[in-house]
Amino acid sequence: MLTDVKERAGIKRQIKLPNREAFKIALRSVKIRLWRSVITMVGIVLTIAFLSSVMTSGTIAQAAASDRTDAAALSAKATQVWLIAISLLICAVGITNAMLMSVTERYREIGTMKCLGALDWFVVKLFLIEAVLLGLIGSVLGATLGFIAGLLAGMSQYEHLLGAMPWGKALQNVAVAIGIGTGLAVIGAIYPARRAGKMPPADAMRTEI
Amino acid sequence: MAEAAVETGRQYAVKTLDVEKEYVMGKQSLMALKGISVEVMSGEYISIMGPSGSGKSTLFNMIGGLDKPTGGKVYIDEVDISGLDSYELAWLRCRKIGYIFQTFNLIPVMTALENCTLPMIFAGMTSQDAMDKAAELLALVGLGDRLRHKPLELSGGQQQRVAVARSLANDPAIILADEPTGNLDLRTGKEIIDLLRRLNKEKGVTIISATHDLKMLDVSDRIIWIRDGMVDKIEKRSELDIEVGTLEGEEA
Repeated sequence: MLTDVKERAGIKRQIKLPNREAFKIALRSVKIRLWRSVITMVGIVLTIAFLSSVMTSGTIAQAAASDRTDAAALSAKATQVWLIAISLLICAVGITNAMLMSVTERYREIGTMKCLGALDWFVVKLFLIEAVLLGLIGSVLGATLGFIAGLLAGMSQYEHLLGAMPWGKALQNVAVAIGIGTGLAVIGAIYPARRAGKMPPADAMRTEI
Repeated sequence: MAEAAVETGRQYAVKTLDVEKEYVMGKQSLMALKGISVEVMSGEYISIMGPSGSGKSTLFNMIGGLDKPTGGKVYIDEVDISGLDSYELAWLRCRKIGYIFQTFNLIPVMTALENCTLPMIFAGMTSQDAMDKAAELLALVGLGDRLRHKPLELSGGQQQRVAVARSLANDPAIILADEPTGNLDLRTGKEIIDLLRRLNKEKGVTIISATHDLKMLDVSDRIIWIRDGMVDKIEKRSELDIEVGTLEGEEA
């Protein structure tokens, strides 16, 4: 009975947000809050630069002394792992915080979009794309900086490094660092994005800040 | 009720049946709507009038599917909207209903043109078609030369025109306007009212407007007065002329 009435009234389910449009909207949201986006990104850049430089130095040290394993090096590594883990955590918290602010600031915009027919996951998608953009740009910058720093440090320690450098492994490190940075940004953004998506339109628009 | 609609050959655009809304804040609860039953025929221009806090906007949200009633039913085109899932509800908001708000609610980072294209993109239209139609609609509301302006570069009246154009994007059957003139001066408010009336006449769109702007009385087919979350009275325009004088005296 109900479906029958629905059909008569012509109610359907098809609602879309093509990726290209979503990307355009998200990019604009990043650009319009450029200063804040840059600050969020700096956090990612520093974290990933640290990660990348440690990984690069590790690779260089391994290549320079592949047959030696000494206890001092191992314990130094353990400390570094701790440092990296904590910096990654702080970075994720920073991103979550920035995205939550961004969601709060845009309650009305989110409500309006939903009035115009946006589904919950459109909103989630927009916020996640924003996070990926910030994460990707920040990680690429950070990983490159970190790699260069690690390389310079290595060159001061070992002569003839450029010839003996395992470039494949080094590039792999950079890629891993970029992946981790982007992943981190997405993880940090999931909660704020879901919160934004779940808001009933009336509530979202009533909120005054 | 349904039989009556069939007999007259006109359909209800919106019908509410004993709609109640209770807001619970901690231990206190507030009945914003205490059982509202109204019917709006398609093609009508309806004003919902009442003082601030009377429940106009709450009723508006219920009719628009923006909030769920705690009791009673809302029918849009004879469909009980509480029976719709989130996809169908989104579809309804996108295609069937156009919304206009007191605060315009344009997306600030988008130009007038992009604001108007958004509902069409959600509806699955290609970007080019959506742009063409948005330009057409903006020309219709008299903003043909402001397509590339961002909301902040437009005056209040112009922003509300963009909102009107946006509400028309997917040729909705119903336009819901919540205090559309509330943030505008007298003259621009009048222009928006005239624009809505023209659209109602030319396109046959049903218009439901929550307002306490008495200028709306002139153009409405019927006025639904809300007081304390209940329907106070429903008047046709023809019955109204005598009372306007006293009302304006009251408000002033």
